[in-house]
Amino acid sequence: MGEVLDTVLAFFGWLGARETLFWAFSGIAVACAGMCITRRSPVASALYLVVTMFSLAVLFALLDAQFIAVLQILVYAGAIMVLFLFVIMLLNLGRPGPSDLKGPWGLGLGAALSGLLLLQLGALGAAGPPEAIQLPEGAVAALQAQQGVVGAVARPLFSEYLIPFEITSVLLLAAMVGAVVLAKRRL
Amino acid sequence: MRNDPAVTLVWLVLALPLAGFLLNGALALLAPQKKTVVSVIGVGVLAAAFAVAVAAFAALARGHTAEPAILTYWSWLPVGALRVDFALQVDALSTVMLLVVTGVGSLIHVFSVGYMREDPGYARYFAYLNLFVFFMLILVLGANFPVMFVGWEGVGLCSYLLIGFWFNERINADAGKKAFIVNRIGDAGFLIAMYLIFQHTGSLDFRTVFSKAPALLAPGGPAVTAITLFLFLGCTGKSAQIPLLTWLPDAMQGPTPVSALIHAATMVTAGVYLVVRCNVLYALAPLSQTVVAGIGALTALFAAVIATKQWDIKRVLAYSTISQLGYMFLGVGTGAMAAGMFHLVTHAFFKALLFLGAGSVIHAMHHAFHATRAHEDAQDMRNMGGLKQHLPWTANLMWVATLAIAGVPPLAGFFSKDEILAAAFARGSHDAAWYGFWGLGVATALLTAFYMTRLMLYTFHGPNRTGDAERAHLHEAPWIMTGPLVVLGVLTVAGGMLNAPPLLGGGTWLHHWLDPVTRAAAALWPAAHLAPALEWTLLLGAVLVAAAGIAVARSLLRPDALVPARLAPPETGLARVLLKKLYLDEIYDAAIVRPITWLSTEVLWKIVDLRLVDGLAVNGAARLTRTAGWLGSRLQTGNVGVYVAVFVIGVLAVLTAATR
Amino acid sequence: MTLLGPALAVSAVLFALGVAGVVIRRNVIVIFMCVELMLNAVNLTFIALAQRLGIQGHVFVFFVMAVAAAEAAVGLAIILAVFRHRETVDLKDITLLKG
Repeated sequence: MGEVLDTVLAFFGWLGARETLFWAFSGIAVACAGMCITRRSPVASALYLVVTMFSLAVLFALLDAQFIAVLQILVYAGAIMVLFLFVIMLLNLGRPGPSDLKGPWGLGLGAALSGLLLLQLGALGAAGPPEAIQLPEGAVAALQAQQGVVGAVARPLFSEYLIPFEITSVLLLAAMVGAVVLAKRRL
Repeated sequence: MRNDPAVTLVWLVLALPLAGFLLNGALALLAPQKKTVVSVIGVGVLAAAFAVAVAAFAALARGHTAEPAILTYWSWLPVGALRVDFALQVDALSTVMLLVVTGVGSLIHVFSVGYMREDPGYARYFAYLNLFVFFMLILVLGANFPVMFVGWEGVGLCSYLLIGFWFNERINADAGKKAFIVNRIGDAGFLIAMYLIFQHTGSLDFRTVFSKAPALLAPGGPAVTAITLFLFLGCTGKSAQIPLLTWLPDAMQGPTPVSALIHAATMVTAGVYLVVRCNVLYALAPLSQTVVAGIGALTALFAAVIATKQWDIKRVLAYSTISQLGYMFLGVGTGAMAAGMFHLVTHAFFKALLFLGAGSVIHAMHHAFHATRAHEDAQDMRNMGGLKQHLPWTANLMWVATLAIAGVPPLAGFFSKDEILAAAFARGSHDAAWYGFWGLGVATALLTAFYMTRLMLYTFHGPNRTGDAERAHLHEAPWIMTGPLVVLGVLTVAGGMLNAPPLLGGGTWLHHWLDPVTRAAAALWPAAHLAPALEWTLLLGAVLVAAAGIAVARSLLRPDALVPARLAPPETGLARVLLKKLYLDEIYDAAIVRPITWLSTEVLWKIVDLRLVDGLAVNGAARLTRTAGWLGSRLQTGNVGVYVAVFVIGVLAVLTAATR
Repeated sequence: MTLLGPALAVSAVLFALGVAGVVIRRNVIVIFMCVELMLNAVNLTFIALAQRLGIQGHVFVFFVMAVAAAEAAVGLAIILAVFRHRETVDLKDITLLKG
């Protein structure tokens, strides 16, 4: 047992800590996403999705987006998924019911479409961003060191992107009103 | 001469008949019973137009210039490279035609006052007649092809209106339609020729085309031959030559003065006028000249043969007209333009006289049958006979015309016919086919003398077959009808002096008068000349032929053996074939009309129109739209899963397109 | 070794899984969750590219999250309303759009 661990650690040592963590948590994210879309119980799907989101938060942190990683946990996993679970429980759908996967035609279609999409996106991703607009290596990290992790995001948010910011607040207000109205028993 | 008021006022000669048409037309609609007013307007405008024509002629004679006076009134068709103006041309040729149309026309208008007196459509008749004169004058005065074509079409229209004047009877309406439709076939040829002329010379003005033609069109080449042949197709339609001659005999359904004016003196001569006007083009195309002369000669003989056995007096004269028109085309086809025009003028005189005389006879016969309430055919010669006692003036004047048409000297017809035959014979030395044409012409002259004498014998001589009760009512026509006959008689006698040959001491005045118009053609194709001895021989030969024809008729025909039409036995054998005009109409019907009707019904209507246009295009488009709509509706399932799947497919498509 | 390529690959896989989920599931709420999965994959793309193209990537993720929250709220409210009406969250029974 110890030898296995040693070999594994040696391998990961060769890789480097950052890459190791990246591949580990990517694997977790993909595996849990796959589980999420195939479980019979909606609650199980929701919980698997939460795990995926946690993994993604780690990935964000590894990619120098620490503030966003925390936001992911607080907002996405902590608020949105909780809302989902509330609604599932409210509608009493927690128990695993009969499988609601579509028939073989639907499965085939889904596989085909997502396969094609994967190929397309792979091609896009391989191309990468054009050289002309790329910043020098480590520019973002330097910015974060200079202004702080939060400050680096906050500064453009309140200067260049002030108007979208304010509009988003209006959007949230509208969503709140809409959700209240739609969910009322009697209008 | 250009600024001579008589020339600049030539537009009056158009405006007067047009005004007559408008006024008489208004009267026909509002107050058709005011016949006196109609007569005054109808005849008055023609007489005034004749006066203007004489003034223009005199001005031209005084002017001593060979240049035509071209009066442009407005720019009609400025289209790209083509410039067509509404312009009138006053020159030697158009003034001759002007005088003939307005002069003979006035006489016929006067005659019509008497002839149509009892007809309820009196005002309408004069309106149409004035309109006809208007269009005919546009035709002869036009300075370019399109203006001439306006007149050409217009006289066709008026011919239709006047032939079918008594349209209540089916046979009259059918005759009018036949005339118009057959003419249209010829008009297509005219239009094609106009297009070809424009294509090769870039213009449609007479002056420009004829001055440029020798340079631009290769003599004897395909272009000029095509142009002249297509123009001649128009002439065969308008002047009733082979193959488009079938409408003229049927046109006799119209009132007799109409037959005199349109189908003897003026409209049918438009074809001859066209050839003379385009003499430069014909001089450049010897093949076309042969075609024109050949068809003219053939038609002359063909019509003369048929005329020998017709019983209807007007039919005989109709076939005679076709035959004499054939002579005119023989003349102009030979290049003897002045000879052709000469025969046109003399023919206008004696043929109008013959038709109006026949009108007097028919008028008398109608009165007789009307008085006794009989229903016999007033135009059948078998019902006539011995009318010389009752209509002496008409009989004598018609004898004058008969001798003229037979070619007896010194009457007008002799000179003109002889000149044409001499020209044909002269050209024979150049091209042997013309000897054949000359032979056809001589045979026709023999037959002409024969059938005209036959007409006179059966109508005016021998015992009277009209019936005892009717005979008392036969009387001479009133002076308003006989007066024009006298004038035409004088012209028939004196007309020969217009172009008497130098052989007989004449000055060939018409030839010299027309020289400015025919000079260019004469330069390209000089007329052949005969030795005086040969010419005398031909002259005497012509006289002998005429005498022979008359003698044969007098000896062979037995007017006393005739029986009234109702009792006459049906014809048999050769006589029947000739009476039925060699079954030409029946042949046309079987060979042309029936196949076209079959094609229209079976193919063009049932297949193309119903199946292709209606079925495929119209209904098919509707069916396609409905099917597409149905297909679209299959997508509206309401199933969100389907919508999502389509959504994803769309995204894939957009991505694929954007990354190509 | 830069993590850009691998990150984009992971994001693509997650996105494809989300699409597959939307197409093969019939439960409306699960479909909605797969949509959220897709949004997360996109967020990952933005963050990965932000290293090369600037801090604006992070700002955009911020906005995506805000909008996702609003959308989740309203969407779930709609599902609630439909459930009250039809007593089912199975997609094949919700054919209100038919016609």
